[in-house]
Order: sequence, then C-alpha cells, then structure tokens
Amino acid sequence: MIVRILGEGQFDVADSELDRLNTLDAALEAAVAAGDEQAFGAALADLLAGVRTMGTAHAADTLDVSDVVLPHEGASLAEVRDLLDDDGLIPG
Amino acid sequence: MSIWKRMTLIFRSKANKALDRAEDPREVLDYSYQRQLELLSKVRRGVADVATSRKRVELQINQLEQQQGKLQQQAQKAIDVNREDLAREALTRKSGLAQQIADLKTQHANLQAEEEKLTLAQQRLQAKVEAFRTKKETIKATYTAAEAQTKINEALSGIGEEMGDVGMAIQRAEDKTATMQARAGAIDELLASGALDDVTAPGQGDDIARELDALSSQADVEAELAALKGGGAPQAIESSPAGEQILSEERAKGEEQA
Repeated sequence: MIVRILGEGQFDVADSELDRLNTLDAALEAAVAAGDEQAFGAALADLLAGVRTMGTAHAADTLDVSDVVLPHEGASLAEVRDLLDDDGLIPG
Repeated sequence: MSIWKRMTLIFRSKANKALDRAEDPREVLDYSYQRQLELLSKVRRGVADVATSRKRVELQINQLEQQQGKLQQQAQKAIDVNREDLAREALTRKSGLAQQIADLKTQHANLQAEEEKLTLAQQRLQAKVEAFRTKKETIKATYTAAEAQTKINEALSGIGEEMGDVGMAIQRAEDKTATMQARAGAIDELLASGALDDVTAPGQGDDIARELDALSSQADVEAELAALKGGGAPQAIESSPAGEQILSEERAKGEEQA
C-alpha cells in the first residue's frame, strides 16, 4: 500500500498495517467531527508518525498512484476543510 | 467517508480532469510535461524566495545583536560615570531588543525548515518528471489507441498527484514567507526610522549617547583646567586610556561630594 503524506512524499506501508492506520484515522475523524482543533492536531501527528515508522520511502522515480493521501504535518482543521471543500466533496 | 479517502479521491479526480480535455491522448502527455517543467521552475523560484527571506532575517538578527552590544557598552560607560539612571535606560532598551531577536530567531528556524522541505519537494518532483518523460516517449513510440488510454491515465495520475502535492507545498511556503516578510518589513522600517539605531549612533539624537558625550566633554574640560592649574600632566588629555583615568577621577570626585 502506498501512502502519501502531503509535503513529504510517498511511503510504502505493508497492507497488514491497515488496521493500525484505520485506528489512528478514526481518532482523526472524531476530532474533525467534534471540531476539536487540539485533538485534531494530536491525532494527525500520531497518524503521520505511524506512517513514517510503519513505512519506508517509496522510490521517487516511479509514477505510482497513492492508495492513501494524508494532510501535511501541522495542518490545521481549517486547512484540511479547505482542501476538501475545494472540490465540494465534503458534505455540509 | 474518512478524511484520507476523500483526499485520495480529490487527487485522482484532479489527475483525470486533465485527461478529458485532449482529443488525441498523446497531446495531453506533452501538455502535461510542459506543465511539469513550469511547476519545477516555480519550485526552484520558491526555494530561492525562501532563502532570500532567511538571509534577510539573518541580517536583521546581526544588526540587532550589534545594537545590543553597543547598548551594553553604553550601560558600562554610564556606570563608569556614576549614572545609574542612564545605565538602566540602556539596559531596558537592550532587553527590548532581546525579545525581538528571540522572535527573529524563531522565524529564522521556520524559514530554514521551509527551505529544506521545498528543496526535498523539488528533488522528488524532478525524479517524477524524469520518469514521466521516459514513459511519455515509450507510450508515444508504441502507441496503439486501445492501450494508450490506460497507460496515459496511469502516468498522468502518478504525476498529477505529485504536482498537486508540490503545488500546495509552494502555496504554503509562499503564505508563510509573506507573513514573515511583513514582519521583517516592519523591523526594517523601525531600523530606518532610527527608533532602534539612534540609540547607538554616537552623538546623533540618542539621549543616552548625548548625555554620555556631555559628561565626557565636561570631564575633558575639568581635566584640562586641572592640567593648566597644575602646569603639568599634559598626557592626561592626549591619550585615550588617560581619558578613562579622568572619568574615574571624576567618579571619585562625585563620590566625595556625595
């Protein structure tokens, strides 16, 4: 599985880690739903740190599409909402 | 839907949009390659812009640190002539500068981190663009309409994702640099207005320096008078170490009076 962290590039993460990734992602979801900036920052930092330790850098000279794209380190709740709002994919 | 799933979809849809516009799918390859080269030079400019801002902040830190040093000297000089009030004023100004320097150092660290991030982004994009160029030529050489669409789609999606990522990284860097440039501009204005450097320019509108100058010329006159009366010790006026001696004599006098 290829995971892109925006601003950092792509990582290869073993499919077996998907459960751990989903657990971390659930925390992020909850923080977004609650509009809790602090919890969001912490959850995002955890998720990105997880990807960095679980994964290895994907070869740069490939044109492979990522399976997962994650916000950049230090992104705020508003920034992530903007990213998603741009294309009107976020409901409400 | 989870955040990452939505983001992933956004990046895919962006890459696919580019493909819909071309009648001959091969044209879109060349078009996309042009855009990649443009983006690459934009990243290079971005790196250069951030470096310029970083150097500007470095320069400001140096200037403020020099002024700190001068204020320290003024405080010492004021103490030497027994003017604690002037010394206090100089030290107060010095501590005001310390806060500004600390703030600038934080900005400097941020800019440096931003510069490193952009440089890495540039290297990643460079590698992908090179991979795309090779793939583009292969696809064009072996073009058959049936296969082309899928292969082109793959190549475009792969590069489109990187381009979207790098594009946003440049935007973030530009936003950060703009904020810092505004603050750096404010400090430059402050320096130009003399609010900061007047304090240290000798004999130029700075109240501390003016008072200290007045005190030392007073001391010079006293020393000369003493020399005339005594008819000797002319070396006390000529050399600068002797000037310090005069100042300490002056201080001794002040202490006697007190």
